Amino acid sequence: MSENRKIRVLVAKPGLDGHDRGAKVIAAAFRDAGFEVIYTGLHQTPEMIVNAAVQEDVDVVAMSILSGAHMTLFPRVKALLDEAGADHVLLTGGGIIPEEDAAVLEGQGIGRLFGPGTSTEDAIAYVRDWFAQHEPV
Amino acid sequence: MSTIEEDVTTTRDLAALVREREEELAELKVRLREWEDAFGAIPARDALFTNISGREVKALYTPLDRVEAEGYGEGVGLPGEFPFTRGPYTTMYRTRLWTMRQFAGFATAEETNQRYKYLLKHGQTGLSVAFDFPTLMGYDSDHPRSLGEVGVCGVAISSLADMETLFDGIPLDQVSVSMTINGPAIILFCFYVAAAEKQGVSADILRGTVQNDILKEYQAQHAWIFPPEPALRCIVDMFSWCSTHAPKYNPISISGYHIREAGATAAQELAFTLRNGFEYVERGIAAGLDVDSFAPRLSFFFDVHNDFFEEIAKLRAARRIWARGMRDRYGAKSPESWRLRTHAQTAGVSLTAQQPENNIVRVAYQALAAALGGTQSLHTNSMDETLALPTEKAVRIALRTQQVLAYESGVTNTIDPLAGSYFVESLTDELERDALALFREIDDLGGVVPAIETGWFQQEIASAAMRQQREIEAGERVVVGVNDFEEGSGKIEIDVLRIDASVEEKQRSRMAELRQRRDAAEVERTLTALTEACRGHENLVPRILDCARAYCTLYEIRHAMEEIFGSYKEPVFF
Repeated sequence: MSENRKIRVLVAKPGLDGHDRGAKVIAAAFRDAGFEVIYTGLHQTPEMIVNAAVQEDVDVVAMSILSGAHMTLFPRVKALLDEAGADHVLLTGGGIIPEEDAAVLEGQGIGRLFGPGTSTEDAIAYVRDWFAQHEPV
Repeated sequence: MSTIEEDVTTTRDLAALVREREEELAELKVRLREWEDAFGAIPARDALFTNISGREVKALYTPLDRVEAEGYGEGVGLPGEFPFTRGPYTTMYRTRLWTMRQFAGFATAEETNQRYKYLLKHGQTGLSVAFDFPTLMGYDSDHPRSLGEVGVCGVAISSLADMETLFDGIPLDQVSVSMTINGPAIILFCFYVAAAEKQGVSADILRGTVQNDILKEYQAQHAWIFPPEPALRCIVDMFSWCSTHAPKYNPISISGYHIREAGATAAQELAFTLRNGFEYVERGIAAGLDVDSFAPRLSFFFDVHNDFFEEIAKLRAARRIWARGMRDRYGAKSPESWRLRTHAQTAGVSLTAQQPENNIVRVAYQALAAALGGTQSLHTNSMDETLALPTEKAVRIALRTQQVLAYESGVTNTIDPLAGSYFVESLTDELERDALALFREIDDLGGVVPAIETGWFQQEIASAAMRQQREIEAGERVVVGVNDFEEGSGKIEIDVLRIDASVEEKQRSRMAELRQRRDAAEVERTLTALTEACRGHENLVPRILDCARAYCTLYEIRHAMEEIFGSYKEPVFF
């Protein structure tokens, strides 16, 4: 792939939680960083998110969860991505996620999860680094 | 004869006074210029002198800042008098402190019931129900979309049976209960009225509030079900039903809190909230209700954020704008309709995950601003809320923060003690002007609903949020413990509350049992009648009450309405 291929990111809001301040801020920051960003809108099921990820052929799915349902939703989306043959996609995210939970999820093949107070710069750098290491050739 | 002479003398004295005052101001202007020169000669600290709303704040305010504004009589007045800038009530905290009302709810109705009893035992004076996401969105605990979310962010209430358990042993004729529910508010309200009936408490003595503010859901919080028009019909039905059947109950809490938390500035929060309030008034009037029959029960809910003086000024300005609008634009004749009463909550969004104990201090300053702004009730956030629902200890500290403020600080002794401050009065005027300008902008867009449908509110809020994020990331705005004064590894050491996964299982079996034991024919009959009522124009409250009494579930009732009303689709953008 060419060096200047844009990183494609799906910013997703799974579950019933409507708090989208973080999702919108990170989507705008990713866009300003030169990524191609697709935002799902609210109240998405894991199935809807994985469908969108496959259809849009994204490199990264970034989920924002502030509802406490992260221990159900991250593994579910990961399983569906794998099932859909999209196991090369980075599943990352952020929200109200206690550090111990993030560690457990990272052990299940899910990428870094960012908590409150994260700088968008850190999230951007993380995605860039991951892409540099995993870009399909 | 003598009267005329006296009048002439008074006029002469007044003219002299005015002249004297003008001379004073002219002299002040000269001295102020000298002061400004001296001030400008010394370099300022390297810091941002705009506040968190992006508002330019001057180093000094003087009487000159209020010269353009109105005289003392009309704009400021006295507490309990039009336009209520100094407080909605004559006596304020001298007769009654604000209600200390901590928002709480988690897991099952039994567990939350225990927490309520604990809070009441510790001196809390009102209850406030936090529902889980499935309930907020109108789904039962056993619905597939509820997976992983049952009882996690609040309490799961799927039918009257759950509501009965929630208030078991809590006398609803004595405790006022606030419920944060919007999309399915009319349904949960009916569960509540039916639960009170079971305790032998009739609706006409119920005190409490249901949030029921759907407009701000579309704008900010996003827990909606139906599209705006049918959703607004439900709200007007509740105004009408409550005005005759539950006259002490507040059928709405018009909320700026969520608008602010989503990123809005203080002026946007103020303007959007009050404009939403006026929209509800217009809808009520359009439905044929007498404005004075429902307006006295409209209540408000504001955020109290970090910028101390702006928050105080915001609450003062809110009361003034509401009073003027209600009297002068909507023709309300009863002072009760002019009086803005509000709940306040400290700003959840201002809390940090890093060094969470610092949040206790943030909350204390915000609570002080709420009291100085004259709130009627207050929720103080717990220090651990950026991590999970609060632990019992964290909630106790938050409640104690209010008690220290109310009983030790002395701020409750004097009403509106900051009135007359050049800065606070000038900021109050400025916020009022900003809000009126935003009202005109909304009107130019065709009103509240069209501005929602095009995503205008949502975009305004998102760009304000982005500006704040940029300021923090650029290090221009200091957040203690986050972008300055950080500590070591940044590892967060604090206990967090965990919701047991068995809650979902428990709720599922409760639901299965309920579906077994209720009268299926009565369920069917009441739901069909509700769908029919939605098709027509009758008041929906009695129909939904029938469904509640028959133990129809939340989702069944939602579904019966959705058949006619449809569901809302948001404009997606970022």
